[in-house]
Amino acid sequence: MPAISFQSVSKSYPSPRGPDGSTFLALDNVQLDIEEGEFFGLLGPNGAGKTTLISILAGLTRATSGRVTVMGHDVQVDYAQARRKLGIVPQELVFDPFFNVREALRFQSGYFGITNNGAWIDELLESLGLADKAGANMRQLSGGMKRRMLVAQALVHKPPVIVLDEPTAGVDVELRQTLWHFIASLNKQGHTVLLTTHYLEEAEALCGRIAMLKTGRIVALDRTTDLLKAASGNVLRFKTAGVLPAALAARARVTGSVVQLPAHNALEIEQYLAAVRESGLTVEDVEMRKADLEDVFIDIMNRHQASPARQPAVESV
Amino acid sequence: MTGWQTLFVKEVWRFWKVGFQTVAAPVLTAMMYLLIFGHVLEDHVKVYDSIGYTAFLIPGLVMMSLLQNAFANSSSSLIQSKIMGNLVFLLLTPLSHWSWFVAYVGSSIVRGLVVGAGVLLVAAWFAPLGYAAPVWIVVFALLGAALMGALGLIAGLWAEKFDQLAAFQNFIIMPMTFLSGVFYSINSLPGFWQGVSHLNPFFYMIDGFRYGFFGVSDASPWLSLGVVGGALTVVSLIAMHLLRTGYKIRS
Repeated sequence: MPAISFQSVSKSYPSPRGPDGSTFLALDNVQLDIEEGEFFGLLGPNGAGKTTLISILAGLTRATSGRVTVMGHDVQVDYAQARRKLGIVPQELVFDPFFNVREALRFQSGYFGITNNGAWIDELLESLGLADKAGANMRQLSGGMKRRMLVAQALVHKPPVIVLDEPTAGVDVELRQTLWHFIASLNKQGHTVLLTTHYLEEAEALCGRIAMLKTGRIVALDRTTDLLKAASGNVLRFKTAGVLPAALAARARVTGSVVQLPAHNALEIEQYLAAVRESGLTVEDVEMRKADLEDVFIDIMNRHQASPARQPAVESV
Repeated sequence: MTGWQTLFVKEVWRFWKVGFQTVAAPVLTAMMYLLIFGHVLEDHVKVYDSIGYTAFLIPGLVMMSLLQNAFANSSSSLIQSKIMGNLVFLLLTPLSHWSWFVAYVGSSIVRGLVVGAGVLLVAAWFAPLGYAAPVWIVVFALLGAALMGALGLIAGLWAEKFDQLAAFQNFIIMPMTFLSGVFYSINSLPGFWQGVSHLNPFFYMIDGFRYGFFGVSDASPWLSLGVVGGALTVVSLIAMHLLRTGYKIRS
């Protein structure tokens, strides 16, 4: 039995700008099973449908068609059991201003029918570095502390399946380290983890398997190592102050003056350098490196740029 | 404690933590009404033969404060949670729509009764009150608070902004409470307005409640009980339906 199962899940919304009655397809027949104990990454650009998928899993949104289960429990029909198995860390930094940290965690336990949860609450506070804030009102916490609190609230009922929706957006290095250390230890104890993030190096380091979502479809689904293996292999990296020729710019990953181009073979590298020379650009710090997940991501997203409608819903890369 | 009990306790605690604003302030407001209207009208208005105006006014003010605060409790809690976004913590739990209903309406009843009792305690200094039929006092206090708690639940779910909730309060709740005989016996109104008042469920809540104090009322307490009970049933069914379908809280 998979920990999470998305079965032909589609979601359409009334189109805000289109003619009356037209719909916008946020999720298109998503089929995905996440097994127990996996550390799974769900990647995709903004608007790809990641949060919609998680909202359907959480029961915050209803799918237009298809079915979602958590540990075998349907999230609509058997919602109470499904939600007991699920701990969700929401993307938005929300909090209840009326209560302090410990009170909020006690209430959250109580909603799941759990009383005398003090020992586990203490352990959560300790692990997330919140122990000295237990008596502080939620309003007094910094952004990073509020983020930790969201994690604690999601875990208060010891759910076997943990979902983190961009948990490290705008979070400092220290908290990221604390958080990943803690989540990785929970994963080792057998908890299933589903993570969405825009930090691809995090996904590469943590996730055993990855799905990439684009315009509501899964465009890649594989083990992280296999995704990396199947990628272009190498990347040509150099610095330049000038403007790249259009043919190169379309394929390049540009960060300030740093240009990175996927290179499959020596000929391709020569062609790149020739194109640069012809355009009269000055280049510095030329080097080769192994492709990382960000290269794979950009490559896959670019390939599905032109005509997403004709791509199969699920494809292995 | 089970899930709904936790939510109930949390909702009671929420208003109690800001008790100065949620309990003390409405008691003070009711006192102002009593001082001013009682002082101005005591010698000029006699509603029932043997009852002074201030004494007549007290049960009305108690009930009005009770009703308004029961409404405010569920509606303001929900709209705040929606706007702050922290309603998600509840939406992610296994709590059923029954649990939501019982907890929100239950805590509204508590707030209504606490404020009502506060007003009564202070007001009792101003004029002697009889307690002719105390069971009716309790019954109408409970039913009225429940009805307004459920109505507040509907308003809190429906409203997306504070000004929409304020409009609900100012254009529906306020006129209906003021035109319900808090400050006068509707028998003193012209025939047409008497007819209109008889269509207002708030009139029956206040009239039935007042009967408990004086043993005299404009309508039979049994009729009032029927109307209030019927209104409570209808409003509760609507509130439960909205919760079950996740109206405006689940998309």
